[in-house]
Amino acid sequence: MINKFLGFEPDKEKLPSLTAKIGDDIDLSSHKYQKIWLGPNHPGVTGNMSVELWVQGNTVVKAKTHVGYLHRGFEKLIERRLFVQGFPTSIRMCVAEPDTNEYLIATCTEQLSGYDKAVPEMAKWLRMLSLEMARLQGLLRGVPGQGGTFALGLGVQWGVYLRDLILDRFEELTGARVYHMYIIPGGVRGLLPDGFKERMEDNLRDIDDFIIRIRRLMFHNSVFKKRAKGLAIVTPEMVDKYGIVGTTARGCGVKRDVRKDDPYLHYEQLDFDPPTDTDGDVYARTWVRWQELIQTVDLIRQIMAKMPDKGDIKTPMPNVLHWKIPKGETYVRLESGRGEYGMYYVTDGSDKPRRVNLRGPSYTHAIALLEDLLVGADVADVHGIMVSLQTCPPEIER
Amino acid sequence: MPFTAWSKVVKEPVTIKDPLNREAAPRYRGFHDNDVDECIGCGTCEAICENEAIDLVPVDGIETKDGDSGLRPKIDYGRCCWCALCVDICTTNSLRLTNEYKWIDTDPDNFRFVPGVDKKDWYDKKDGWRKPEPNYEFYGLKRVEMGELHPEERDDSFIEMIQGYSKEQAEAEADRCVECGICTATCPAHMGIPEYIKAIRNDDLEEGLRILYDTNPLPEICGRICTHKCETVCTMGHKGDPISIRWLKRYIADQNPSEKYKKILETDKLTKNGKKVAIIGSGPAGLSAAYYLSLLGYDIEIFEKLAEAGGMMRFGIPEYRLPYDQIDKDVNYILSLGVKIHYNTTIGKDITLEKLNEDFDAVFAGTGLHLGRSTRIEGTEHKHVYQSIELLRKITEGEEIHVPEKIVVIGGGNVAMDITRSLARLQKIKYGKVQVTATSLETEEKMPADREEVVEAREEGCVVNPGWSPQRIEIVDGKIKGLHVVQCLSLFDETGNFNPQCNMKNENFFEADMVVESIGQGMDLSYISEPTKEHLEMGPRGRIKVNDYFQTSVGWLFMGGDTIQGPDVIHGIANGHKAAVGIDNFLTKK
Ligand code: SF4
Ligand code: SF4
Ligand code: SF4
Repeated sequence: MINKFLGFEPDKEKLPSLTAKIGDDIDLSSHKYQKIWLGPNHPGVTGNMSVELWVQGNTVVKAKTHVGYLHRGFEKLIERRLFVQGFPTSIRMCVAEPDTNEYLIATCTEQLSGYDKAVPEMAKWLRMLSLEMARLQGLLRGVPGQGGTFALGLGVQWGVYLRDLILDRFEELTGARVYHMYIIPGGVRGLLPDGFKERMEDNLRDIDDFIIRIRRLMFHNSVFKKRAKGLAIVTPEMVDKYGIVGTTARGCGVKRDVRKDDPYLHYEQLDFDPPTDTDGDVYARTWVRWQELIQTVDLIRQIMAKMPDKGDIKTPMPNVLHWKIPKGETYVRLESGRGEYGMYYVTDGSDKPRRVNLRGPSYTHAIALLEDLLVGADVADVHGIMVSLQTCPPEIER
Repeated sequence: MPFTAWSKVVKEPVTIKDPLNREAAPRYRGFHDNDVDECIGCGTCEAICENEAIDLVPVDGIETKDGDSGLRPKIDYGRCCWCALCVDICTTNSLRLTNEYKWIDTDPDNFRFVPGVDKKDWYDKKDGWRKPEPNYEFYGLKRVEMGELHPEERDDSFIEMIQGYSKEQAEAEADRCVECGICTATCPAHMGIPEYIKAIRNDDLEEGLRILYDTNPLPEICGRICTHKCETVCTMGHKGDPISIRWLKRYIADQNPSEKYKKILETDKLTKNGKKVAIIGSGPAGLSAAYYLSLLGYDIEIFEKLAEAGGMMRFGIPEYRLPYDQIDKDVNYILSLGVKIHYNTTIGKDITLEKLNEDFDAVFAGTGLHLGRSTRIEGTEHKHVYQSIELLRKITEGEEIHVPEKIVVIGGGNVAMDITRSLARLQKIKYGKVQVTATSLETEEKMPADREEVVEAREEGCVVNPGWSPQRIEIVDGKIKGLHVVQCLSLFDETGNFNPQCNMKNENFFEADMVVESIGQGMDLSYISEPTKEHLEMGPRGRIKVNDYFQTSVGWLFMGGDTIQGPDVIHGIANGHKAAVGIDNFLTKK
């Protein structure tokens, strides 16, 4: 693609033909192919994983995702700790939106112990606020970040600055910028500080302005358009086959959003319609995320307007040191910025979980789907495609 | 794109101008600080830390004392993840995180430090993470309320007023314990309190009973009337109510039927060692020594002056606090191990101490304090001036006592409250109304009686009027008219000696037909006859000198209980246990 843009189109006739079928072993000794490792240390890889690429010229003929560089055993660490001790570990399972992990682990324990009904109203609204703030800071990085993968770095700088302002809000609400550790079994760990809403509104106004500028910077930009349009197309037929979720599914017109399909917290009280597009390419996915940026800002405003002024933040529960949860299992899910994000949680009546299993979208997006979408792509577009699938290696390997 | 890209060129840069001095948010979770004067070294922070970043360590200048382990948390910043769970759970709210987050040091060892002790720059920062408010707790702060009879249901009878916990109540109360063991250190018998509380949580009451009997063979009794020093120091008392340790102990004992004791405690078959020990007195110390010596294989014979076992527990404590069948449950189990008891047998009269020495390998004496003390003010020689313990004993024995319409009790301790409330019941039965006044030298705040005793006495219609010094009993025509008192200002002088100061101008008069003195008891050591007495070394305050194992200088004679320590039941039990070990060591020449 980039060659086309540069006016250089190689004469493919002179190159060895692309005879290898997907899945065939490619004979490197034929000298028709070359193998390249993208990662595990590479600025274009969104975390520690690597993609093994077989290329012919600039064209990828086969791709294989490799994980194993990032295994920290978080699920096992959580399984060996008391229920209340799980959340500080859980956030590390996916740093992009740490709050989603906190929400899942808290809700799993609450559901299995029967305290889910007792979570105070105030805490539910604050949970939604922190989850939407998490989505917002992710989008402020992710939307311009897509431009960054095509060498458009400026938007990233704007976005990261604004993201830092949201992290400032996280800092005053939760006590930390990234590892918030805010949602705890039974509730949350703090009320809104005085003046929070005003400061948040200031930030949202700046983001409103950013949203307009980034549209001009990226979506009116011919380089971005040329590189993103038609790239790595996901079709509606692929959605179920691969288990595609979130904005990646919505980019090809399949409206999937856990907040709508299986509402949790108070999402049914918020007025929103998840954006979609039809083309299913990198451009469409980015465009859906840009619209979601607008929507997230709006949702935060709705939450701040609708949430109660005061109330309890946590329900009284048994002593955390002896808390036992009866035998049971549950799967809790939410809509993260990357799509459905869920946790399977098993308890056996003791004071520790029996099994904790996190299931994030990258597990399919960055393995099965990525490997297939890369075939035929230009090497220069590989990490653009990877980012467009919102690859997050830490959630693949917990 | 090109024009948009330039759109911010003329804007002010957004970078932070002075990043090194950027103040973190007021709630920021930065470096630890600990108010070491508030902290009690309970170690709950250590228990919750999921990274094992906390160790409790001894610290210079902080002494171990009742209610304080003397240790303080040391944090390892190589492990800490700044989750602040330690802060949220801290039982005294002493621990916090400041909002300081920059720290550069070349020595890695410095990153392990004791907050509040090792000098750091951030302690003066007021902001940072503290336990969130409101209604955010990691454990219950409120005690599960104990059911008790209402004053009108109990003021004319001696039936037990405390009803005991149900299973749900006991488990809920047990759930509040943080297993710190602060209580164990203070309990004179060092009972495994967190362990038996855990047994309640696990609904394993047989295990609970085993833990109780490890250190205390009178759990039904202690579960009702123990002075519960453990609860005074209980960690949970700092932010909320202390755990009802005493009632939990009672719950375990109540739930285990006596028929199963031997099986649960594995005392079906005790191997005898052929040695014999005599025990004088069947109070807590004597019974405790008898129990632990029996376990060790000794043949035990108890010599008891009165007609029933239990000593002060039976003859001093009223039945509404400690029913006789509960005393019997504990005592009968001990007797069932083969312990013989000779009732109505007074040493020095029916049999001499020297004879016991001849017939037995060792002797333990737990004879208690059974002599009443008098104020010796004018009028105390009148026949209707009584000693509280003699009245209490007569009530237990079922003897009729003199109960006129108006009574004054002198004394502010638990025994004074016992006689006050017992007499009130008798008045209520006899006259349908109560007119007892209890008065003490100590002011309301300083009264040695348990607070609930005072409150309950008042609920039952007694007048408790503390802070007065008795001067004389007015007697007209051979009849008591009442007690003259003056205001008592202080009890002790600068040197700490008992030397009450009074305001003679502030007088008061309590009308009464009868006066009861309850100002403490003395010991009767007349059973120790001359040959033994000669070799008996005395210690301070007229008490007999004993070593760590309650062995007197006479060697074969061990002594414990109220004559040595206390006075209270649990010290007696602890003494008896220790003495049993001492006697075993003595007889096996360890
Ligand atoms: S929990 Fe609090 S009181 Fe207990 S040791 Fe830790 S800092 Fe001290
Ligand atoms: S902040 Fe968390 S990790 Fe650090 S010492 Fe406290 S409990 Fe442990
Ligand atoms: S009863 Fe109180 S002092 Fe004892 S272990 Fe439990 S919390 Fe600690």
